Order: sequence, then structure tokens, then C-alpha cells
Amino acid sequence: MANEQDKILDEVTGSEYKYGFVTEIETETIPKGLNEDVVRIISEKKGEPEWMLEFRLKAFRHWQTMEMPDWAHLNIPIIDYQGIIYYAAPKQKPSLNSLDEVDPILKETFDKLGIPLEEQKMLTGVAVDAVMDSTSVKTTFRETLAEQGIIFCSMSEAIREHPDLIKKYLASVVPVTDNFFTALNSAVFSDGSFCYIPKGVRCPMELSTYFRINASNTGQFERTLIVADDESYVSYLEGCTAPMRDENQLHAAVVEIVVHDNAEVKYSTVQNWYPGDKDGKGGIYNFVTKRGICKGKNSKISWTQVETGSAITWKYPSCILLGDNSYGEFYSVAVTNNHQQADTGSKMIHIGKNSRSRIVSKGISAGVSNNSYRGLVKVLKGADNARNFSQCDSLLLGDKCGAHTFPYLEVDNPSAIVEHEATTSKIGEDQIFYCNQRGLSTEDAVGLIINGYAKEVLNKLPMEFAVEAQKLLQISLEGSVG
Amino acid sequence: MLVIKDLHAKINDKEILKGINLEVKPGEVHAIMGPNGSGKSTLASVLTGRELVEVTHGSVTFNGKNVLEMPAEIRSREGIFLSFQYPVEIPGVSMVNFMKAAVNEHRKYRNLEPLSASDFLKLLRERKELVEIDSALTNRSVNEGFSGGEKKKNEIFQMAMLEPKLSILDETDSGLDIDALRVVANGVNKLKTAENATIVITHYQRLLDYIVPDFVHILYNGRIVKSAGKELALELEEKGYDWIKNGN
Repeated sequence: MANEQDKILDEVTGSEYKYGFVTEIETETIPKGLNEDVVRIISEKKGEPEWMLEFRLKAFRHWQTMEMPDWAHLNIPIIDYQGIIYYAAPKQKPSLNSLDEVDPILKETFDKLGIPLEEQKMLTGVAVDAVMDSTSVKTTFRETLAEQGIIFCSMSEAIREHPDLIKKYLASVVPVTDNFFTALNSAVFSDGSFCYIPKGVRCPMELSTYFRINASNTGQFERTLIVADDESYVSYLEGCTAPMRDENQLHAAVVEIVVHDNAEVKYSTVQNWYPGDKDGKGGIYNFVTKRGICKGKNSKISWTQVETGSAITWKYPSCILLGDNSYGEFYSVAVTNNHQQADTGSKMIHIGKNSRSRIVSKGISAGVSNNSYRGLVKVLKGADNARNFSQCDSLLLGDKCGAHTFPYLEVDNPSAIVEHEATTSKIGEDQIFYCNQRGLSTEDAVGLIINGYAKEVLNKLPMEFAVEAQKLLQISLEGSVG
Repeated sequence: MLVIKDLHAKINDKEILKGINLEVKPGEVHAIMGPNGSGKSTLASVLTGRELVEVTHGSVTFNGKNVLEMPAEIRSREGIFLSFQYPVEIPGVSMVNFMKAAVNEHRKYRNLEPLSASDFLKLLRERKELVEIDSALTNRSVNEGFSGGEKKKNEIFQMAMLEPKLSILDETDSGLDIDALRVVANGVNKLKTAENATIVITHYQRLLDYIVPDFVHILYNGRIVKSAGKELALELEEKGYDWIKNGN
């Protein structure tokens, strides 16, 4: 019986990342390696002011004194930081005339994910027709946002156009010296996004919509900063369900969120970077630092992530709950298959009175992958009546993969209530057979079962993405069955 | 409809079925009775394609098609339904979505368009009333937190949704109180037509008071050792399985 079960699971999970693709691009690059001159060149090429160069140099100097962290439950190959090219300005050019020329298998994936036709064209580099030209769409979005006083632009542009805001908020949540990767990112970040929502404004659209059309600008060292002023609200989506392949193996992004009184930021991520092949060769290393601060009273940060890609994921979206009555939440689904490794979770730092937090983490491991949850809940002395609830579930497909849970609790206030629940379960042959007996193929059965398992998290995603993310989960675990 | 010829099957190298012969025609109800370990549930597993059982000899055809070569989901779409002895829980998957996926797979197999949301909900309501199942059950996750009785009723509800040609009820009476038993049996009887057939697998004669069989077969040690009309069940009830074991 055990053998049969393994066979089914092997078939379902033994698939390769069939959908990666590379677009021919012309790039303007500088030589490999990292030193002060390279940092200067990057800053100069981006036309940055002196203070920004100083910011980068300070970060670089500090980075040189640091070592790569090794505490995560990850087996990270030695990374040659002098073998990496730190600046490449891509100039993408359409190489296809219509979607008919796109690899039919890739096209099928897009259709399975339900990605609209126009977006498929953007993603595959097909020339976009005049009727729905992307530039005009972007312009329309920008106008709508500008009417409300919302700033949403690239980080480079923000450094030039909004230096006061950048000086005030950049590295205010994640200090340059926070860790090895934030120091590196601060020294060499290529670009990213800046978003400012003024007082009392509810952002009228999911910033995902905008971002998706802009999806091609995800860089190697991305820098994102979101500031929500008093009584404002924004929902922001990063990433894309569409498969993303990148020549750069190392990714080290930094995301910072600042939320003032009575404001709320909802940040959703769908990450589907190339995970490497079946034997674990290639694949993106994704070392991300994401942190938000609930600065004001009654402020709220909500992180939702669906992580299916990357060879190695090292990521702990966190909330510093400084304001009284502030609330932080973290909802995560992390899938690892084949040789993928993920060490991910959240940190909730309770400082304000009556601050509350909730962590719901759902790990799914298949193949010979390793999937770890690592979470810290810290309640400081002054955080009277702080509340936390954490739930960490692991689902195993097969018996060669691993699921691990590392919860850390540090409570310094006697009135705090901290709860932690954890479960580990296996997709059973009997569940799959039950579905088969009702007429569902094994592939559909596995899809149904994992989506049921991850439902609580998927429900947190913006509507349009929840549907795609469901399909993505299934595709990530899809095999030769059917 | 169903023709089983000299069927031998083993689980983990242990031979469980040792030459089963059985023919089921449309409109018929067959009861298969037998003591624990006689091979009743193994027979249900072979017919529905559970992979842990290995067929070593013999044939099974369903409406002329070789069943043993079909994957489990195709057997289902061909019209073979199993009411499970132990229905499994699938957390987070709502009954409505589960049934919608199943019904539409069956329709696709017959080259029919998927049902629209409103047509599906209409069908759902209609079938729920037919088998007298509590409305709230279909809003919950598949079997999650269901009582024993609710799980069995839910099996019959799914049977009503999928309208199989051959239904195999594996120990559907186990763990049911008398009221739930009546509801389940009424559901089965209402779904009975001249075109479909039912195989009732049970230990006890009790269920057969409600679902009256045309034929009763006694399975013992991997073989059908006795077949007769419904009176056989009563005789068995009276004399006990020792009667069979002693070689009568």
C-alpha cells in the first residue's frame, strides 16, 4: 500500500518546470564583481544625487564586514559574490508577432492560469497592438492615482522626484545593517517601487492591476517602499502567477512598509520564480527581507504570500506592532517540490498596548524538498494585553520530503496571550482514491486536496489572483498523470 | 451488465479472492454477505479499481468493456459507484465544489457541456430532497466533522448526484442507527430503476429488510459458496456463519 501511494505521488509530483521561458534581451552591463567603484557606477548610471550614493557606499562598507547567515534550515551552495554582474539595464524588444508564435506549452499554461490575452502578450514579448497599448493603460492608471494624490512610481524616479519622502522613510524599517542581504541590497539595488498614500485616501484600485502590467521590471535587487499616511488604505500585489525565469540566480529584495494612525496596508505576493530542474540544477536563490511597521495607533498590516517558485527561499515578512491597538497578520502558502528548499515564516514584534497578530502558515512539501516554518513572536514589556495566534500546518506528499517548524516565543509581559498550533499531515492514497471513485483524475484530485488545505490563505488574496493562485498550486505539483 | 468470471486477486501476496463468478443484470439487487475477512471489501476494491489489490486471474466486464484495464476515474464515469464503508474527509473542499467537479467530469465523458451554476444548484437541491439529506451538509467540507450517519447519508447523496448504472454499497449499514438506516435505504430505493443495478455488501440481514435483494450470495474464504433468493439471508441470520464454515 505504501508503495502504491508513493507511486501515485511520484507521478503527480515528479513534473519538471515545463513553463520557464527566456526572452531575448539586449542589455547594457558592467563587468562582474563588486567594489566601491561598481557602487559608484550604479549610482551614476541611475543619475542619483550625492546622498543616495553615500547611502549605498555606507551599506557596501558595512556589507564587507558581514558574513552570510547560516542559521536557516537550508543547504545553500557557496555564492561567489565577485562572480555576479551587479548592473544590467534590460531593453526588452518584442521578438514575436503574435501569440501563435509562442511556445504552445507555455500558451497552455497561461490559459490554465486564466491570464488575459493582452497580458500574455506582455509576458511573452509579443508586440502589443495599438488598441490596448500598455503605455496608454499605464498613463490612465497614473492619472487616476494622481487625482487622489497617490504617488506610485519606480524607486529611481522617487529618489529624483520625492527625495524628502525617500530620505525620511528609506531604511527606516529595515536598517541598512539589518542583515547581510539588506546591506547588499542597499548597496546595489537596481530599482523597485515607491508608493505613498496620502492622509485619508483609500487607494481606488488594487495596485496589483497596475503592477501586473509592469511585471517585467522585477529586478535582481529590488527595493520597495510603501508609506500609508493616517487613515489611508492600499492593497498592493507583487509578483505574478505566470512563470518567471531569470538569468540572475541571486535575488535579494527588500520591502519596507510604514503605516500611520488608523491606516491599513495589504501586501500580497505570488512568487513563481524558476525553481531549478528535476535534479536541483539551476533555479533562483531568493533571499528577501520584508518588514512593515504599524507606527500609528489602530494601524494594520496584512501579509499574504503564495510561494511556489525558487530553488531556495529565505523570507520572513514581519510586523513591528508599535502603535497601540495595531494589528499584524501573515498568511502564507509555501510549496516546495523536487529539490526546492524554503525557510520562511514571520516575525511579530509587539510593542504597543493591545497589539494583536495572527500567523497562518501552510507548507506543502513534495519530491525531496525541504520546507521549514520559522516564526518569532515577541512581546515587549510595555505591550499590555498583546495577543497572538499562530497556526502552522504542514502537508507532505510522499515520504522523501521534509517539513519542519521552528517557532520562537519571547514574552515579557504577563498580560499577553500567545497561542501556537501546529499540525502535520499527508495526502493519503485513500483521499485520492475517493476522488477517483467520483470520476476525478489523480491530478485533479491532488489539486482539489491542496487547494482545500490552503483555502484559508487563498481567500486572503485579491479575488482575481485567488483563482490564478489556485491553479498555480495545482500546476506546481502537476506530473505526468492524465 | 456486470460479468465477473473466475476472479482471483491478492493483496501483498496474500490471495484474498479465489475464483469469483457473478453476473448482475439491469434492475437487479444483489446482496453479498459473509463473515469478516471473507473478501467482501476486496471485491468492492477490485471492481472500483483501488490499486492496492492485484488481480492475478479472471475477467470483469461492464457493459461489454474490460473493467480491469480502466483507471478508477474512468470506471466511475462509466457508471460504477462505490458507497464507501469509511468515507474519507477532505478538509477545505466544499461538498458543492466537489460534486460540481465530479458531475462535470461525468458530463464531459459523455460529451455533454458542463452544467451552468444555476442548473447545478437546481440539481443539487432536487437530489438533496430526494435522499432527505440535511441542507447544511452540502455547505460543509467533504465529510469533515460529519457523524457516522451523516457520512453514509452523504454517500447516498453523491450516488443520487452521479446517477450510476451500478452502485456498490460497502457496509453502508455499519454504524447507523435505525433512523439513519431508514433514510439511507429509502434513498437507495428511490434511486432504483429498471436500468440500474445495486450490489449490497453487508454483514447483517437487517439492511436487507429495507433494501430487498433479488439474489443473496454468501462469500466465504474468497469464493461464493452459496447463492439463492432473499430467503437465504434469513436462513443465514438464523443459523449463523458457522453453518457455512461447517461446509454446508
